[in-house]
Amino acid sequence: MSLGPHASFIVVAYIATALVVAGLLIWIVRDYAVQRRILSDLESRGIKRRSQREDRV
Amino acid sequence: MTAFTSLILRDMRLSVRVGGGALMGALFYFVVVSMIPFAIGPDLNLLARIGPAMLWIGALLSTLLALDRLFASDHDDGSLDLLTMSSLPLELTVAAKAIAHWLTTALPLVIITPVLGLMLNIELSAMGYVALTLLAGTPSLTFIGLIGAALSVTLRRGGLLMAILVLPLTVPVLIFGVAAANAAIVGPAPFGPPFTILCALSLASFVLGPFAAAAALRQGQE
Amino acid sequence: MALIDLANPTRFLALASRVLPWLAAVTAIVFAYGLYRVAYAPDDYQQGATVKIMFLHVPSAWLAMMGWGLMTVAALGTLVWRHPLADVAVKAAAPIGAAFTFICLVTGSLWGRPMWGTYWVWDARLTSVLVLFLLYLGMLALYWTADDPNRAARAAAILALVGAVNIPIIKFSVDWWNTLHQPASVVRMDGPAIDPTILVPLLVMALAFTLLFFTLHIAAMRNEILRRRVRSMRMMQAANA
Repeated sequence: MSLGPHASFIVVAYIATALVVAGLLIWIVRDYAVQRRILSDLESRGIKRRSQREDRV
Repeated sequence: MTAFTSLILRDMRLSVRVGGGALMGALFYFVVVSMIPFAIGPDLNLLARIGPAMLWIGALLSTLLALDRLFASDHDDGSLDLLTMSSLPLELTVAAKAIAHWLTTALPLVIITPVLGLMLNIELSAMGYVALTLLAGTPSLTFIGLIGAALSVTLRRGGLLMAILVLPLTVPVLIFGVAAANAAIVGPAPFGPPFTILCALSLASFVLGPFAAAAALRQGQE
Repeated sequence: MALIDLANPTRFLALASRVLPWLAAVTAIVFAYGLYRVAYAPDDYQQGATVKIMFLHVPSAWLAMMGWGLMTVAALGTLVWRHPLADVAVKAAAPIGAAFTFICLVTGSLWGRPMWGTYWVWDARLTSVLVLFLLYLGMLALYWTADDPNRAARAAAILALVGAVNIPIIKFSVDWWNTLHQPASVVRMDGPAIDPTILVPLLVMALAFTLLFFTLHIAAMRNEILRRRVRSMRMMQAANA
């Protein structure tokens, strides 16, 4: 496959797209890990949400 | 409609009083437009060519910046709660406030436009048309900015955020306002089509603005 | 499964965890096939190999518009039905939509350089996508500055709806503005009908991008639900202390 005289533009376009998508992916995956860690940390300290408390009616 | 008109009169009285914001918009407009030649140089031909665009940018910025406190002061002293509970529908209340704001802030701006136009080397014969485009277009800016003013009460944030939210929405008004003004000055395109579309945008924003702003305020009260 | 079942965040979390691996796998497969088809797609007789940028540019333009459409529907959910997940959907869609709008602008400008001789022209399409990008940035700024998620939810819903009403008007006025200012020297994309050898890879890539959007969106919604859960637990902690 030859990319012709403007190969660099095509390659840069694909790399830029890959970078933005990778950035989104990394952000979402890391965010998930961070939130999970904080949640388990809070739960281990015995903090419960309103819906988990025994004394609710 | 007495409640409606009395609300307009109340807001106008408040704004011309000491501490009110009337004429501040026009003053800001005057200062901003006078600053621009310092940036681009005193070339009169160039100024005449980009004059309408500068007048429109000045009108856009001063209308939006002046709107910042439209609901905030009423919210701070609690009168917004009273207005929300009154028998007048909130949409009309909001529209009344916008009309009063336009009369005290945007109308003076339109009136001083010919003076600024002289300084920008816009021909006298075209000056009336440029002022006419501002007269037809600024209501649209006020009513679109109204949404931002209501959102800034909801969010308890104002200033730059409001400008960021509202400015992209004013792109059509800017395009047709400047196009109509340029058509009047240099041609060759006719003045009619962009001007009528500008009027249509103003009429559309009369509908959209109060409803969206009232929805934002109603939600913010809960 | 009705929409009402999804109103329970816990049930949504369970469903998301079940669906996400499959969705991600399907996305990867469709992407692999799409890229394979793109690699063997013939060059355009006029634009040469640069037509390959189109396979990124057009799907991301589609997602830029679909993202705002999704936010509009979710905004109705916030304002009309008070659906508890609607605002989560709006908030999760905003950065993803902004990212694809950004990709659309970058690839468009990289395509423009060899085709038009300049990175940026105030072409009607590029300009309307730019305004859409500004609207997305406004939405992100709104969420960044808001301290109370409930207030932000309503403000964001109103902004999404106002934007949805305005976007067609902006598109129309930018088209009008462009024909007024721009001589017709720019190479027009819409020439003759697209050849199937190019159309099929384009459709596959559009499907792959759409699947990617939904995968990211569901994952981001899951994160947002967890973030709100953390927030409410911290408030409980502060109240108990």
